[in-house]
Amino acid sequence: MSERNNSERNNLGFIREINGPIVTIDLPGIRSGEQVKIGELGLVGEVISLNGREATVQTYESTDGVRPGEPAEGLGWPLSVELGPGLLGGIFDGIQRPLEKIALQSGDYIRRGLSLPGLDREREWEFEPNPELGPGKQIGPGTVLGTVQETETVLHKILVPPGLEGELTELAPNGDYAIEATIGHLRDKAGHSHRLKLFHRWPVRKPRPYLKRDDGISPLITGQRVIDSFFPQLKGGKGAVPGPFGAGKTVVQQQIARWSNAEIVIYVGCGERGNELVDVLETFPQLEDPYTGRKLMEKTLLVANTSNMPVVAREASIYVGLTMAEYYRDMGYDVVMLADSTSRWAEALREVSGRLGQMPVEEGYPAYLSSRLAAVYERAGRVETYDAGPGSVTLIGAVSPPGGDFSEPVTSHTKDIIETFWALSKELADARHYPSIDWVTSFSAHVHAAAEWWHKEVDRRWEARRTQALALLARDAELSRIVNLVGPEALSDAQRWQLEGASLIKEGVLQQSALDEVDTFCSPQKQFALLDLALSIYDKGMTLIELGVPVSHLQDLPQLAKVRRCKSIYNSDQVSSITDLGREIEDAFEAIRVQYAKQHSDD
Amino acid sequence: MSIKEYRTASEVRGGLILVRDTPGVAFGDRVRISDGRGGTRDGQVIRASNEEVMILVFEGTDDLDLEAVWVRFLDEPVEIALSPEILGREFNGLGEPRDGRPPILSNIRRAVGGSAINPAARSYPREFIQTGISTIDGLNSLVRGQKLPIFSGSGLPHNRLAAQIVRQAKLKDEDSSFSIVFAAMGVSYADAKFFRDEFASSGVLRNVVMFVNLADDPPVERLTLPRTALTVAEYLAYDLDRHVLVVMTDMTYYAEALREVATAKGDVPARKGYPGYLYSDLAEIYERCGRIHERHGSITMMPVVSMPSDDITHPIPDLTGYITEGQIVLSRELHNQGIYPPVHISPSLSRLMKDGIGKDDTREDHPKVAAQLYALYARALETRNLASIIGADELSERDRRYLKFADDFDQRFVGQGESEDRSIEATLNLAWELMSAFPRDSLTRLSETELAKYYQGND
Repeated sequence: MSERNNSERNNLGFIREINGPIVTIDLPGIRSGEQVKIGELGLVGEVISLNGREATVQTYESTDGVRPGEPAEGLGWPLSVELGPGLLGGIFDGIQRPLEKIALQSGDYIRRGLSLPGLDREREWEFEPNPELGPGKQIGPGTVLGTVQETETVLHKILVPPGLEGELTELAPNGDYAIEATIGHLRDKAGHSHRLKLFHRWPVRKPRPYLKRDDGISPLITGQRVIDSFFPQLKGGKGAVPGPFGAGKTVVQQQIARWSNAEIVIYVGCGERGNELVDVLETFPQLEDPYTGRKLMEKTLLVANTSNMPVVAREASIYVGLTMAEYYRDMGYDVVMLADSTSRWAEALREVSGRLGQMPVEEGYPAYLSSRLAAVYERAGRVETYDAGPGSVTLIGAVSPPGGDFSEPVTSHTKDIIETFWALSKELADARHYPSIDWVTSFSAHVHAAAEWWHKEVDRRWEARRTQALALLARDAELSRIVNLVGPEALSDAQRWQLEGASLIKEGVLQQSALDEVDTFCSPQKQFALLDLALSIYDKGMTLIELGVPVSHLQDLPQLAKVRRCKSIYNSDQVSSITDLGREIEDAFEAIRVQYAKQHSDD
Repeated sequence: MSIKEYRTASEVRGGLILVRDTPGVAFGDRVRISDGRGGTRDGQVIRASNEEVMILVFEGTDDLDLEAVWVRFLDEPVEIALSPEILGREFNGLGEPRDGRPPILSNIRRAVGGSAINPAARSYPREFIQTGISTIDGLNSLVRGQKLPIFSGSGLPHNRLAAQIVRQAKLKDEDSSFSIVFAAMGVSYADAKFFRDEFASSGVLRNVVMFVNLADDPPVERLTLPRTALTVAEYLAYDLDRHVLVVMTDMTYYAEALREVATAKGDVPARKGYPGYLYSDLAEIYERCGRIHERHGSITMMPVVSMPSDDITHPIPDLTGYITEGQIVLSRELHNQGIYPPVHISPSLSRLMKDGIGKDDTREDHPKVAAQLYALYARALETRNLASIIGADELSERDRRYLKFADDFDQRFVGQGESEDRSIEATLNLAWELMSAFPRDSLTRLSETELAKYYQGND
């Protein structure tokens, strides 16, 4: 494509002005969105607006030392990523340059003007052609040409790139191929022959096509009780985790990355801390995936644009991550993409728009903030792929509202778009109640849909129990207000037992430490067992209190402390021990009832 | 390229000079400005086109005469000379001596702007630093390579706390001390003197590099000062293999200088007049700290951020908190009760604590002790609120126990002497002593084995 452009138009111009990452160039005929090489250093950028002969370019690297008058070259294509085997287990920057290779070339710091392809050109992959295909077959976008075992857990399907359709004229036999090797030929309707390789490129700002949306339902199990049991997410859903700093956004995201039952995890560190990505990089290769028993890193890829890396590449990083997510979706996989944080992405938009002198709307953000956000989240979803069955992209974005104020533009626009809202609370975090997902302000639009799955797979009482627990927590908030005004003495025994019940749910069910080896992952069966345990005790106790047993009698039961600690004593395979504990407590309660009834009749 | 010199200054405003018709000047280059009366000032190109160049003047633009100004483009970035001789010296934000001694001469010159550390080259900080302060070591542990700011307010003893940390910080079971890079921006003469005396009296002065910009020095210089200081820190850490502790005070004045220049440039303001790039700009500074694979040295950072009107949601502490790995928050309430250091533990946090503590690093009970103390203290504060409404006499026995715990915790665990250097064992033992006032069953965050080993209560 670039060669054709070269002959049609002049693609060399020069720099007029440098204003931080925004560079104005004189290059008539360049297209909006096109990639540009800037200056003698060869910094790469992207055209964001055109005005007569001049184009405004946002550069992905720092422009220090660049001079007006230096050359600018149009590259002829938009910002694209390479899609093929070799992505998983890697760490890429915001424009898909492999950071580990960059470290080999330029040392501990990222040198400017490096252009490294996303995928390894040398490495050979064993390609297994699709036995159903052969010369003469009609193939189209998304047709699975064959497979490559990318990692032990992930079978990479080699797809016909979107936009290509026609007759397969040749398909390579089983063998080892580098990604640039030809593995087949396709002749389109016009008779042109196209080479097929193990990889293709795709422009990141354009969603990848699929056959149709798929309405199937399957919950995303994250192993986190407050998420799965209270505010469930579906595969293909879109969710947000807003919270002030220190509330635990990153841990929630990392827990989802670690323990969710997705087949591929894409973690985009967008304008966040370098050390957090290192944490993922160092721990994931050692952690075991609870579903496959293999190392987590084998199904994970990282996009890292830390807060000190150039702001324009930060804006691009979300699209780069999404495009790779869609690519694995097109192979029929369930992909989870975590974007930490979408606020930094929005701020990158704001920074660029500010440098362009665009009219700010709310808090300096440009008017197109909400439409861009909506377009990003809309790329999530469950789809029917062309040739690989259903696949999904679940997008979970962290939001970092300034001052923890959820009414600020990014949080409020996000809230309008997403379906699951896990609001983190500073108060809970301060009391070290983790995950600090606030049960009052959080919501999930998927409860009824998820209930179908829970009722079939775990227990028929799931939705009822969930509702009961939330009602009890709401009652607890009401009563706590009264206690804060007039003290606990004003409450009746029944009301005090309600407080006790809510506290059992908070400590025994909702709190879950990411650092606790036993409890960091909790299977749906264990989740329900714990919830049921807390509520059964509450129900049983309430009947006793109605009979007139004083609440202090129940509060002093030593078993209650065990209920609070139960989650970290028994792992997900020891659910029966939790039910046993339930029976033990039931017996203790029964003994109290008998004793009380006896006393009563003695009187 | 020959050095270009121009008399075409066309406009001066708020620390900026515009110069016309200056083809080919590089963005970010260093500029020397002579005021026509024998004085020179330093500047940096912050916007460049062939028609017009915008220059940031570090010494400010007061008293400049457009007609008389000469501008020379030095064709080099803003740099600092580096050598081991730099230890024990004091400089301004541009790396010029402030101590009356000659400038550093060296072949090693580095651009102060720095570049981003490749995340793939970083290694995760996990070595516990003992500061001797219970609220930090026990509940918000600092590790080597972490950036942990002190959020403070006017009149609170953040400088004394920072100085105490500098004095006492060491690795457990290791005697290697830190080299200190001290960056003061917009502080008073008295504060700068306090630190200078403090370093001298504790005998660390030979290991300290100071960068000082006082409250009456030009504010624009504050923009380059932390970058210069960090360039030195990187040299000490990665060239000379030292462990460096960077203390920066006060980042609020830095951010205010940034706002001043941004306003003069006409940048679109985001919150409270601060430019939209405040986050990225602060991150460029804070993220220069850390550990790198196969490098012996490290950079640990303790910036002081004073919260305007004690407001933690103000953009400067807010954005700082989003970049740093936690924060130590000082409380006026504790300070007014005479408790030193007045660390308010509830909003304080160390994100890197989890990997620096526990069996192999401090003691096996440390993680759960911290969690339990936090939970007890949160409940105790609620009880204290309640007591202030209904009176302590109305409380149940259980609640009175919490009330007592809150007071003991503030006085004994939070409060300690300015020269009291508590070992981590002492801190944890004190924690157990305080927790043992509660019945064993109510300490649900602790494991049975830990309770069996350390619990000192009656039941």
